[in-house]
Amino acid sequence: MATSPPDPTLPAGEERAGRGERPERDAAGLGRARAAAFVVPALLLIAAFLVFPALWTIYLGLTDYRLTGLAAVDPQVVGLDNFERALDDDGFTNSLGLTLQFVVGSAVIGQAGLGFAIAWVLRNRRGFGRRLIEAMVLLAWILPSSVIAFLWIALLDRDDGTLNALLSTPGTAWLLEHPMLSIVVFNIWRGTAFSMMLYAAALGNVPPSHLETARLAGASSPQQLRDVVFPRIRGHVLTNLLLISLWTFNDFTPFLLTGGGPEDRTEIMPVFIYRTALFGGELGFGAAISVLMLLINLVIAVVYVRLLRRRKDPA
Amino acid sequence: MNAPPAETSGETGERPGDRHAAGLDGARRLLGTVGFYTFCSLVLAFFSVPLLWLASAPFDDTPSITASLPSFTLDNFETLLDNRYALRSLGNSTILAAGTGALVVVCSALAAYALSRVRLPGRDALLYVLLLLSSIVTGTAAMVPLFNLAYELDLIDSQLGVILVLSGGLLPSAVFILKDFMDGTPRSYEESAQVFGASPLQVMRHVVVPLVRPGLATIAVWSVAQVWGNFLIPFLLLRSPEKSPAAVVMYTFYTEGGQPDLALISTFSLLYSVPVVLMFLLVSSRYGFRFHGGIKR
Amino acid sequence: MRVLTRRLVALTGALALAGAVAGCGSDGDGDSGTIELTISMNAISGGKNAAEADWIEQWLIPRFEAAQEEAGVAVEVTFEPSGVDDEQYKSRLALDLQSGSGPDVYALDGIWLGEFAQAGYVQPLEDTTPDFASWEGWEQIPEAVQQLATFEGALYGIPAGTDGRVLFYHRELFAEAGLPTDWQPTSWAEITEAAEALAGVDGVTPVQLNAGTAMGEATTMQGVLPLLAGAGEEVHTEGAGWTGATEGLERVLGLYAEIYGNGLGDPQLQQETQGRDKSFEEFAAGEIGILLEGDYFWRSVVNPNNGVAPMENRDEAVGYALIPAAEPGAGVNGADFVSTSGGNVRVVNPASDHADLAWELLTFMHSAEALTAAVGDDPRITARADVNEQLLGDDPMLTFVNEEVLPITSFRPALEVYPQVSVLLQEATAAVVDGEDPGQAAADYQEALEEVVDGDVAP
Repeated sequence: MATSPPDPTLPAGEERAGRGERPERDAAGLGRARAAAFVVPALLLIAAFLVFPALWTIYLGLTDYRLTGLAAVDPQVVGLDNFERALDDDGFTNSLGLTLQFVVGSAVIGQAGLGFAIAWVLRNRRGFGRRLIEAMVLLAWILPSSVIAFLWIALLDRDDGTLNALLSTPGTAWLLEHPMLSIVVFNIWRGTAFSMMLYAAALGNVPPSHLETARLAGASSPQQLRDVVFPRIRGHVLTNLLLISLWTFNDFTPFLLTGGGPEDRTEIMPVFIYRTALFGGELGFGAAISVLMLLINLVIAVVYVRLLRRRKDPA
Repeated sequence: MNAPPAETSGETGERPGDRHAAGLDGARRLLGTVGFYTFCSLVLAFFSVPLLWLASAPFDDTPSITASLPSFTLDNFETLLDNRYALRSLGNSTILAAGTGALVVVCSALAAYALSRVRLPGRDALLYVLLLLSSIVTGTAAMVPLFNLAYELDLIDSQLGVILVLSGGLLPSAVFILKDFMDGTPRSYEESAQVFGASPLQVMRHVVVPLVRPGLATIAVWSVAQVWGNFLIPFLLLRSPEKSPAAVVMYTFYTEGGQPDLALISTFSLLYSVPVVLMFLLVSSRYGFRFHGGIKR
Repeated sequence: MRVLTRRLVALTGALALAGAVAGCGSDGDGDSGTIELTISMNAISGGKNAAEADWIEQWLIPRFEAAQEEAGVAVEVTFEPSGVDDEQYKSRLALDLQSGSGPDVYALDGIWLGEFAQAGYVQPLEDTTPDFASWEGWEQIPEAVQQLATFEGALYGIPAGTDGRVLFYHRELFAEAGLPTDWQPTSWAEITEAAEALAGVDGVTPVQLNAGTAMGEATTMQGVLPLLAGAGEEVHTEGAGWTGATEGLERVLGLYAEIYGNGLGDPQLQQETQGRDKSFEEFAAGEIGILLEGDYFWRSVVNPNNGVAPMENRDEAVGYALIPAAEPGAGVNGADFVSTSGGNVRVVNPASDHADLAWELLTFMHSAEALTAAVGDDPRITARADVNEQLLGDDPMLTFVNEEVLPITSFRPALEVYPQVSVLLQEATAAVVDGEDPGQAAADYQEALEEVVDGDVAP
């Protein structure tokens, strides 16, 4: 939607940063009817297996439904009670705060930052070194989370964890003494690959001649980034931030590492819901929290879109 | 870890064209090179150290929650070979992952292409809404609706059911990423193909797909990895152990009191990881593994 | 409650009708068609509870099918194994049952019985199987163990087995600390005295008393509840409600404060996700002196043959003692010693098309012969006295539990909110371990409790 794709038909350097005004041409001669036919399979699947259960979940959020007990046979509609209760609940506010820390720390700053840094540093490299680094980063992304959890528990263990051996800090219980930091670093490790790939692709679209010109004009590296690179990858930044924030917001994997503890200090939103719905059995309440989470995600998405779009207009 | 790339940017100076600033450049370049290698080593270390356990524990006869030099044994593998669900589960995971991957790639590519080329009313808003809804459905709270839906459709204990449910959850993100991707490819080829009388499906197959192949590969690997690690949906929807994927079987290596059998778990983790790694290596060597790879300068 | 009863009556009626219709149907095709039955348990061959799964598949199913065939009934029994967290097993089971499907015979933890019964996922035997009392096994199952399968005075199924909690202690460490190697404390003070002596031994954590939420139910079952019983109280009293910030609870939390506030326990271990696993490893390695656990610890953790933390010299090094009341006579009903027990119950799904046959399968699997085969070479306490008598003889620890512990034990309330109350108790212990004053922690617990149980707190 807000991407700034290059157009190879134009000579490098004359690309427009945005294409917002240009009406989209129907290059393939699709026509609306055929276009609709192309979209239908995906939409049908999504309607049946995503929209329908999601709406059902939203409805459950208005009830006191449980999987067992009296409320299982005869759930009552309780209206917005669940939402009021959630907003009143210290557990909820605590977990919201933690989730925001988690998203900002691990996704917005960590994954996006490190992913960009790797992409930037490697942008002109080819060969074994680059492939090795990319492969390691990607490996962290594609391994199953239950395996990953064991890897990190082994790494951070108090008594004979690998990290304590490397840093000569025997007896440091990382997951207890720095629980949030641990899962933030963990999630950076886990998810940087996506940002790295996206930025690598985006940087491939920044014409080297532009950077060259800026450099010769005496622009420092930060200036080059700000004035030459950023305007051209703004759309990718938006896509990236949007997706990784959403994914991180819904990421359940830290539970496998910390179980939400110690105390509730890593009880991020998906963990809170898991505990409420599965251990407490309160599916109605859990569904209501899911809806609140959706609304928060909506706010985040709107903020991103506004932020990155407004700054594009003057260009 | 987020070192601003300032000091490393000196390495851009390796290209010809700035020999004139040679005097100062020597030092800067040296600094840049040192910075570059430091950064790369740190990144490599950060991403490889956690993987050590996976390389040592499976071969250890008394593994613990630590990565250490193993007293070497292959017994753990033997025990797993005797487990009648372990190897089969990898096959099941493959079925689920391949099915979901194929469905997601085909559906999302078609949809993303159409959405990219033709302005359908409410397109962007729709995409955002679907993206947000996908976050509900992948959470625990949706388990009752998903289960009952599958039950009504007679999809309990059916691998197809798992594939459909998982695809529904992955599609919005896939369409979103691929549409971005398609937006970035030139339309001029399609126009020429159209002039020569190609039908839209032909254009799609012979012009667009080759251009966005790395993107499709990325989506395929991404969805396979998501399915490969997913425990909840197959666990809730499948009943016969003969159909269970590896993610579910991995959870069986615990005692009645919930203590993990680390020997089996670490070994199974390794077996469980190998297929995705192989797939990644294959895909990345055949198609390249990045976004927007179609346009190279 | 009135609503529940009405509902149950309506449901029972509907089910009886459905059963009659189904019964006619199956009579009709009884000759041509094979009747299919499904059993579901949280056990899987090669994984969690593997012995139980193997028994079902290799012993129970072939024999039951053969026995039925002799009687002229063609039955095919399928086993639906799973090997997951109990909570996950419970969720999936409940999903199946709420949709009106599910296995014909299934196992559930005794504490889930109440919520399953209230939801109609299981029904009193007197409603589903009028002549259930004629089964020979009942007289072998002690009253106390039958409690496991009882909710609001009605029996719902057959208990499969039970267990008991004791104090395990490391005899070698006791010797090093100059303590008797045959130890039986008679009050909490004697436990802390022994702990203080153990504190003098290098590299030893004197006591492991489970605390905090990371340990989960293990904190409640192997910590708060047996201690609460030792302080003369129960977590829920029939007719009166849940126990709040009572004197007894404050004493329990006070003991936690004494242990963790004075370095007699390792507070960090209580917070770690793998804390319980590690505590087992440490005990096996001679780094923990006293540990409160169930006989599971003996059978599956330090068992030299197949334990997760095997001890070659288990039989010599590991001692076990009854859990004392706070002072002699201060326990529930004036007891000197206390314990807590749990166990699985196996029931017939009321939605089964062949409930009668499912009941036959259920009784078949709890015959003396079947339970003997189920136990195999790995003795454990079954629900049947006749089987226990035969099988536990070789194992002094299990005999001890069977003879000394079970008579004095108590069970958890099988009520819907119990899991939430349990979490609140875990949080109270966590607060105390973290340095909170026991009185304050108890007050906080009471406040949260009132919300969870909707005011149903004992005065």
